[in-house]
Amino acid sequence: MSLLAFFGWLGDTAWSTGLHESQYAYSIIESVHVWTMAFFFGLVAMFDLRLLGWIMRDVPLSEVLKRLLPLTIIAFVIMVITGSLLFYAIPLRSFQNIFFRFKMILLIIAGLNVWLFHSRVYPKLTGTEVDAIPPKRARMAGAISLTLWMCIIVSGRMIAYNWFDCDRQPQTAIVNFLTSCYPDLGNP
Amino acid sequence: MSLLPLFNWFYATTVGETIRNSTWLFPAIEAIHLLGLGLVAGSVLLVDLRLLGVGLSRQPPVQLWDNVRPLLIGGIVLMFLTGTPLFLSESIKALYSFAFWIKMTCLLLVLIFTFTYRRAVIHDGVSAEKPNVAKLTAIISLALWFGVAWGGRWIGFS
Repeated sequence: MSLLAFFGWLGDTAWSTGLHESQYAYSIIESVHVWTMAFFFGLVAMFDLRLLGWIMRDVPLSEVLKRLLPLTIIAFVIMVITGSLLFYAIPLRSFQNIFFRFKMILLIIAGLNVWLFHSRVYPKLTGTEVDAIPPKRARMAGAISLTLWMCIIVSGRMIAYNWFDCDRQPQTAIVNFLTSCYPDLGNP
Repeated sequence: MSLLPLFNWFYATTVGETIRNSTWLFPAIEAIHLLGLGLVAGSVLLVDLRLLGVGLSRQPPVQLWDNVRPLLIGGIVLMFLTGTPLFLSESIKALYSFAFWIKMTCLLLVLIFTFTYRRAVIHDGVSAEKPNVAKLTAIISLALWFGVAWGGRWIGFS
């Protein structure tokens, strides 16, 4: 079964349709997703700005990391759960949405950045961690993280728009390629 | 006195009309509005969580407040600059939207609260002697900001 067929099938399941057509459930889940985003991105931004040495230079970096990381992890888990539910409510359309695909790619890169920072960059900061302005590698990680999360939020917001959707033809060949859309064959 | 003529005038402004006639202007401005939300949320949360004894609880609240105050003000200015054109483009809808009025009421209250009572509590250093006052302050601040965020999201659903 192709992914297109699978997500088409998933969207036809009773729970998916029920969620999609619900009067309040979808809106509430979407709101929780946005509010948790504000919580998550807000604290991540505070950490990244500290990493850049723009704020809280009088607070040790290790302290900011240790105290804020658990909170951001909790928020991230809630975002993954609510985000998955939102996808489950409208699977095929989301899967073929160009902004959704862009967001997922950026999320993977952001995940790599988190992994690189915690495995390669941060452990080597011992001794200099109380420095007001961390070394360049750490500042780079902060700038990359901040940029990535901003792009993720913007592309997430844009999923709501159907400008490049498969059922809005004609689209250019490149758009149809990027959205796995085959207008000649009809939708799966 | 009816607000309709005023809101009609808002609706007819060049800015409002330009945004309505564009496909991408509203989403683009709204995306920046959303980034401003993140900035405001982060700088509010850092201090309110501290008042609740969560997060950076080893630093006195006033130290955190001094650090994030420019970010908070910058975030509020960014949200105001992006929120105003969004409002102009759909002021008639806003006029009849319950969520919009909830948002504006909470916004007014939270701005006054933040720069008067909350600021005084942070500067008094009461979190050590009167932790309950500090916690209550944080809860009021978070509840009002949540009202702003709830209204903001719900304007779009109505």
